[in-house]
Amino acid sequence: MTAAEAPAAVAVVKERKRPSLVARLPTSPIAMTGIGLIVTWIILALIAPFLPLPPPNQQDYASIAHPLPSAAHLLGVDLKGRDILARLLWGARTVLTVAPIAAISAYAVGIPLGLAAGYFGGKIDMLISRLGDIILSFPIIVLYVILIATIGPSFLNIVVAVVLASGPGIARIVRGLTLEQRHLDYIAAAELRRENALYIMFVELLPNCRGPLITDFCLRVGYTIITIGLLGFLGLGLPPPDPDWGTMVKEGTAMISVRPHMSLFPAIAIVTLVLGFNLLADGLRELSLKD
Amino acid sequence: MVAFVLKRLVGLALTLLAASFLVFVVTEFSPGNVARKTLGAYATPAQVDLLYQRLKLDDPLLVRYGRWLGVLTGILRDPLQDPDLKLDFRDPRGDRYFGNFGYSTLFKAPVNDVIWDRLKNTALLAGIAFAIIVPLSLVLGVLAGMREGSWIDRTISIFGIVTTSIPEFASGVFLFVIFGFWLGLVPGTSPLTTSAGWSIASQLLLPVLVLVLYDSGYVVRMVRGSMAEVMNKPYIRTAILKGLPHRAVVTRHAVRNAMIAPFTIILLQINFLISGVVVTETVFAYPGFGRMLLEASLSKDISLIEAATLIALTIAIVTQLLSDIGYALLNPQIRLS
Repeated sequence: MTAAEAPAAVAVVKERKRPSLVARLPTSPIAMTGIGLIVTWIILALIAPFLPLPPPNQQDYASIAHPLPSAAHLLGVDLKGRDILARLLWGARTVLTVAPIAAISAYAVGIPLGLAAGYFGGKIDMLISRLGDIILSFPIIVLYVILIATIGPSFLNIVVAVVLASGPGIARIVRGLTLEQRHLDYIAAAELRRENALYIMFVELLPNCRGPLITDFCLRVGYTIITIGLLGFLGLGLPPPDPDWGTMVKEGTAMISVRPHMSLFPAIAIVTLVLGFNLLADGLRELSLKD
Repeated sequence: MVAFVLKRLVGLALTLLAASFLVFVVTEFSPGNVARKTLGAYATPAQVDLLYQRLKLDDPLLVRYGRWLGVLTGILRDPLQDPDLKLDFRDPRGDRYFGNFGYSTLFKAPVNDVIWDRLKNTALLAGIAFAIIVPLSLVLGVLAGMREGSWIDRTISIFGIVTTSIPEFASGVFLFVIFGFWLGLVPGTSPLTTSAGWSIASQLLLPVLVLVLYDSGYVVRMVRGSMAEVMNKPYIRTAILKGLPHRAVVTRHAVRNAMIAPFTIILLQINFLISGVVVTETVFAYPGFGRMLLEASLSKDISLIEAATLIALTIAIVTQLLSDIGYALLNPQIRLS
C-alpha cells in the first residue's frame, strides 16, 4: 500500500522502493497459513445463515439422548440438544465482530495517548505513563474479572474492558516508537513549517510507526479472542442464549467425563482462530525483520 | 544503587496506593450497592437504609476510601463488626488490627480466615509450574536461538506460537480428553482431597501442565530472540573465528549475555501466572486463590474481592520491582546511568 500512497517526489529520491509488507506476504508460508485459517473462519461465519443447518438456538429434544456426531448433527448436539456446528458458525460471527471492534477501540484510545506522551514529553508523558503503569501492574485477568463482574457482561462492556486493559499497553508501544522518531529531521522540518501538533502526530509520526503496530494488532486481536473466550468460560461472557464459544466450552465441561465433544469442538474453534492471528503476526514480524 | 532501590520502593508504594484506589472505585463506586451487597439479597429496605447510614455511605468517594484504608491498616475500627448492627461479623483478631480486610459475605468468615490457605494452594501450583517453565524455556530458547533458521529453531518457534494460541481453558479440555477420558490416568477435577481415590500428585499433573504449556511458549520466544541477537554480535564471530568449538561459544560467551533481557520477562511471568491460575483453577475446580477471586467477583463479595485483588497486585508489583533491581544488577550499562 505504501508504493501507491507515497508522493511521487519521495519515490524518486529513494532508490527503488521494496515491495510493501503486505505485497510480500505470499512469500511467508507462516503468514499464509495464518491468513488461510482466518479467511476460512470469516467465510464460514458469512455463509452460516445460508447453510442447511438448524437455527443455533433450536433445541432438538429427540437428539439429547444421542448427542454424539451423526448425519443429522455433524458435530453432535450440546446438553440442551442444540446443534454444535450451527452454534460454532454463528458463534464465529459474534467473535469476529466483537474482537476486531474491541481491538480497534483499544487502538483508538491507545494511539493518541502514546503519540501525545512521546511527542510532548514532560508532564503529559509523566501523567499518561504513570496511569498506564498502574493499570498494567494488574494481573490482566484479575482486572477483567472484577470489571465485568461489576459492570455486567454485555457487548459494550466487553469492549470497554478490553480498551481499559489493552489501551495502556498500546500507548506504551506507540510512545516508544514515537520517541525513536521524535528527533529525526522530518519532524524538525514539519515543526519548522509550523505544522500543528495534531498534524505532526497523526500525519507525520503515526505512519512511520505503522510496521510494529500492524504486527501488534494481529497479536492483540488473537489475544482479544482468547479474552472473550475466557470471559465466556468464567461465566462472564455474552448473555445467553446466543452462541459464544467460551460459554460453549464451559457448558460442555459439566459432561466432559462422558461426552467430551461438547467442549472439545468449541475449544478447537477458538484455538484455530487465535492460531490464525498469531501465525499472521509472526509471519509479518519475520518479514519486517528482513528489511 | 541504594538511591535507585529507594526510589523504586517509593514508586511501588505510590502505585499500590493508586491501584488500591482504582479497585475501591470499581467495587464500591455506587454506595447503595455496598449496603445491599453486604447484607445479601434477602435484606429488607429498612435494613439496607440503616446500614447505609451507619457506614456513612453518602460521604464522598475519597473520604470512604480513606476510611477503608484506615480499617485496613488498623487505625480505625471495622464498622461492620459493631454488635449493634446485628450482622454477626465476628473476627477473633478483634475489630482493629493491621491487615484487616473485613468480612467475607460469601464464606461467612473473616477474609483473613479464608484467603491464606487458598493462597498456599496456589503457591504450590504456581511454584511447581514456575520451576518447570523457567529451565524448560531457557533450554528450548537457547537451542532455538543458537542457530537461527535451523530446523530446531523452526520447530521450537512453531511450537511456541501454537502453545501461546491455546488458552488455558482449551488446553485443559484437550489434556483432559487425552489423559483423563482416553487414558484414564488423571481425574477431571483437583479438589486436593484424596477421598475420590486420586493421589494429590495426579491431581496436580494437569493444572501444572496447562500452566507450563501456555506460559513457556512466550518465554521461549523471548529467550530465542535474545539469544539470536547475541549470536549475531561481533564478539561471537571473534570467538568462532579463533577456533573455539561451537559448544564453548554458546555456553561460555553467548548464553550469559543472552540471559539479561529474558530475566525481566521471566520475573514478569509471575503476573502472567497469576492470570493463568485464575483460569486453570476454575477449569480443574482447584481450591486456590484464583478461583476464590472469581467466586468472590461473581457473588459480589466486596471485601474478599478487594483483599484478593490487593494481594495479587502486591505480588505482581513486588516481582516487577525485583525484576527491575535484578536487571540493573545484571546489566552494567543501566547500573551506571
